Amino acid sequence: MPDRPWPNPPPSPESAPFVEAARQGRFLIRRCTACGRAHWYPRALCPFCFGETAWEEASGAGTIYSYTVLRRETPPRTIAYVTLAEGPTVMTSLVACDPDALAIGQPVQVVFEASEDGTPVACFRPRPAG
Amino acid sequence: MTIKDRACIVGAYEHPTRRAPDRSVAQLHAESAAGALADAGLTKADVDGYFCAGDAPGLGPLAMADYMNLRLRHLDSTDLGGASYIAHVAHAAAAIALGRCTVALITLAGRPRSEGHSGTAARPVIGNAPDSPWEAPFGPTTVNLYALCAKRHMHAFGTTSEQLAWIKVAASHHARHNPDAMLRDVVTVADVVGSPMLADPLHRLDCCVVSDGGGALVVTRPEIARDLKRPRVRVLGAGEGHKGQDGGAVDLTVSAARWSGPAAFAEAGVAPADIKYASVYDSFTITVLMQLEDLGFCEKGAGGRFVADGNLIAGHGRLPFNTDGGGLCNNHPANRGGITKVIEAVRQLRGEAHPAVQVPNCDLALATGIGGLLGSRHGAATLVLGRE
Repeated sequence: MPDRPWPNPPPSPESAPFVEAARQGRFLIRRCTACGRAHWYPRALCPFCFGETAWEEASGAGTIYSYTVLRRETPPRTIAYVTLAEGPTVMTSLVACDPDALAIGQPVQVVFEASEDGTPVACFRPRPAG
Repeated sequence: MTIKDRACIVGAYEHPTRRAPDRSVAQLHAESAAGALADAGLTKADVDGYFCAGDAPGLGPLAMADYMNLRLRHLDSTDLGGASYIAHVAHAAAAIALGRCTVALITLAGRPRSEGHSGTAARPVIGNAPDSPWEAPFGPTTVNLYALCAKRHMHAFGTTSEQLAWIKVAASHHARHNPDAMLRDVVTVADVVGSPMLADPLHRLDCCVVSDGGGALVVTRPEIARDLKRPRVRVLGAGEGHKGQDGGAVDLTVSAARWSGPAAFAEAGVAPADIKYASVYDSFTITVLMQLEDLGFCEKGAGGRFVADGNLIAGHGRLPFNTDGGGLCNNHPANRGGITKVIEAVRQLRGEAHPAVQVPNCDLALATGIGGLLGSRHGAATLVLGRE
């Protein structure tokens, strides 16, 4: 799920290092070197204090904040917000799951899916609690 | 400095078309402008300020000013999505108060039906939108970004699909009196929750209509308004706000109306309980529920109980809303509903709404809107309007 390829994320100088790391299976987030807060989506300047930010590898663990299932599509596709263990909440899609068995608060883990041109896209799949 | 009582809405016009395959978008703008100026008793030559947003074709105000051959000294193309035109009334009042213009024209028009895009399809990826590299693959459409809010609201507060359905039911009770409305049949809660599920928990009947059309407003100084023949609608207060993902501190249960509403009430010097009629942007049922909470008509989380059992139905409930049938049943031209919100509030304050839905002695009304996408990035604008 889904059967169709993921649309390509448009390239950007700000996302290129994330994509490169994702090709090696590493999930990066960005954290402020001044105020110490992690944020999403990744930016060059901290959205909280305008301080400089740096990449760091994140755990890839999170919980479902909200989700919806697009019933008109076959198979139904999901879009969701997942709150990362590091704090920020990210827009994503939930994959390798039964859409009818999803729940807010459910633990999930990052998994990279390939877009049409092979660019990795950070999706999440359910993981056992604990 | 305030805009309170510095300007009046003297012209309002809703284009009657809901499907316009044989008209251009510019034509719909101009026909709406002509209708609003005729309603005001003014002419094109009187207009010296012009306001439009992202639905205007070409290079926005420059293209439309040239198409209509206006002679302007003030132009404003502030774009808050579908809420733009509510903000434009406040911007026009401010420009009038500063002497930047005397007669301000606001237009909206579009043809999403004829042009074959409905607002429920995935939005085209805009290469340089800073969020696109992170979100475009997931296909954020319109309905699914509002569904994410509804899902979280239900989780946080126990809001139910049946409660949301009451918003559509109330709109349908009003739309049956509007001969121009796209959906004129009264629906029940069972009809709404029994309609096809589009994106959990939103059903087809939780969504607004898709319509071609347009609308226009004319705003001017109170001294000029007094020389015109139409009932005067006073601009008493306004507020704006916006909300995004807050750097990852996402809260989908609150809209930017939490800021636009209190600002508008404070400037007008009134409270939610004083409002006799409310136009509330209804792109989806959840949009209405969250705005009512954020504006202070009820506590956060109590919106479901507030809208239930016909509380929004004119002549029945405590807060008559969207008596034209709203975006949910009547009209949502250009996928942007803000201008129709102001137009119906003007009708109510003039006593010119349909007699079956006219609020008795309607001397204080509100028009409020959410533009953009509630579940990712949106703007809000609120207006408090009064009768002179």
